[in-house]
Amino acid sequence: MKTTASLASALILCLAAAAALAQPAAPEAPDALVKRVTLEVVGLIAKDQEIRAGNRAKLIALIEAKVLPHFDFASMTALAVGRNWRKASAAQKARLTEEFKTLLVNTYASALAAYSDQKFEFRPLRARPTDTDVTVQVRVLQSGAQPVAIDYAMEKEADGWKVYDVMVGGVSLVANYRTEFASVVRASGVDGLIRSLADKNRSLGAGAAKL
Amino acid sequence: MRRWGAVLAAAVLAGCATGPDADPRDPLEPWNRAVYSFNDKVDRAVAQPVARAYQRVVPGGVRDRVRNFFANLADPFIGVNNFLQGKVEDGITDWARFVFNSTFGLLGIHDVATEFGLEKHNEDFGQTFGRWGAGPGPYLVLPFLGSSSLRDGVGTALDFYTDPLTYVSPDEVEYALWALRFTQTRADLLDASRILEQAALDKYTFQRDAYLQRRRSLVYDGRAPREDLELDDEDDGKSR
Repeated sequence: MKTTASLASALILCLAAAAALAQPAAPEAPDALVKRVTLEVVGLIAKDQEIRAGNRAKLIALIEAKVLPHFDFASMTALAVGRNWRKASAAQKARLTEEFKTLLVNTYASALAAYSDQKFEFRPLRARPTDTDVTVQVRVLQSGAQPVAIDYAMEKEADGWKVYDVMVGGVSLVANYRTEFASVVRASGVDGLIRSLADKNRSLGAGAAKL
Repeated sequence: MRRWGAVLAAAVLAGCATGPDADPRDPLEPWNRAVYSFNDKVDRAVAQPVARAYQRVVPGGVRDRVRNFFANLADPFIGVNNFLQGKVEDGITDWARFVFNSTFGLLGIHDVATEFGLEKHNEDFGQTFGRWGAGPGPYLVLPFLGSSSLRDGVGTALDFYTDPLTYVSPDEVEYALWALRFTQTRADLLDASRILEQAALDKYTFQRDAYLQRRRSLVYDGRAPREDLELDDEDDGKSR
């Protein structure tokens, strides 16, 4: 099993190298991108005494610098808001995206802060080279429990592969927020949703300052 | 007992009166929300403080041993559930895990089987019924136990009857083991529940939807067909 996996990843590496030679501006393969960014971020946190001691602002700055460029928050927000997205004005869309991004970054920071040296297993990508929408699978191994699957749904865009949904243990963030957002919009409209996201983010900011 | 009957009746009536906004997967939402807020109070007042103290006092290495010990006790019936789902190879893996961990792993406190390449599985009777084709049915929040569904609630009852802890005697030892396992589980979930608290606009809906998605994924062993997230899939034609 392991041999097949390493053979497959060797093959992917060769293909990626070949692709890189053929077209100089070929984007980094999505699975390679996820692996590189994950290991880089975890490595940086491991070395950073301040982050390890609970410096949340610094952790968030790290996420913004290293992780955010690989997310497409506009698609993510559009998918999470669902059909109400079309009813929103351009200004409302921009606000929604901004607030949702802040919420997700905060959540991501908490998840990373809870990370304690678990091992990762990066699954070889099963996709055709022509695919533009893939799921990259990572598993977090832990003692005495089934590994936790983290799947990144990614789309090929002009400036490389971008994440538009994350599934943790089979739970899609976008799908989970969709029900929540729909009920807020039903009760108090798109502006109500912007307000409740902004309130949520403010309370998180206040909570983080106390930590 | 009679009081519970009245509460249930009230909840069913309230359930009938929730109107068009009700989520079809959660027809008993008012009842569920009441139980949820009761559970949440118990969790804050008792379970969380105990779990935090346990995490503070007991070193991580020891907690790993405790988790492994209980995980090992669960493996035989995880295997039975895999057999019932027709996954013979997985079932054999689970039983082999139990044999290796109970012996070389010193009564299960070391998960040597994982190091031998025998991966731990997550199965229960609720998942077996799901594999056999049963949908979750109405979402349910059970007192003390939390998120469930009609299908998984029946499954949980069977899990309880097949749980080795149920047959430990004397009772004092049995209760002590339940308490230890519960504390260990709650401690393992402290980070997750804190993240949930931060991520959710409404904890009840967020947890419900995460539970339903998670169970669906488990029934398919992580290979559930992806739900279509396209913007038009919920379109009922009205917005056109």
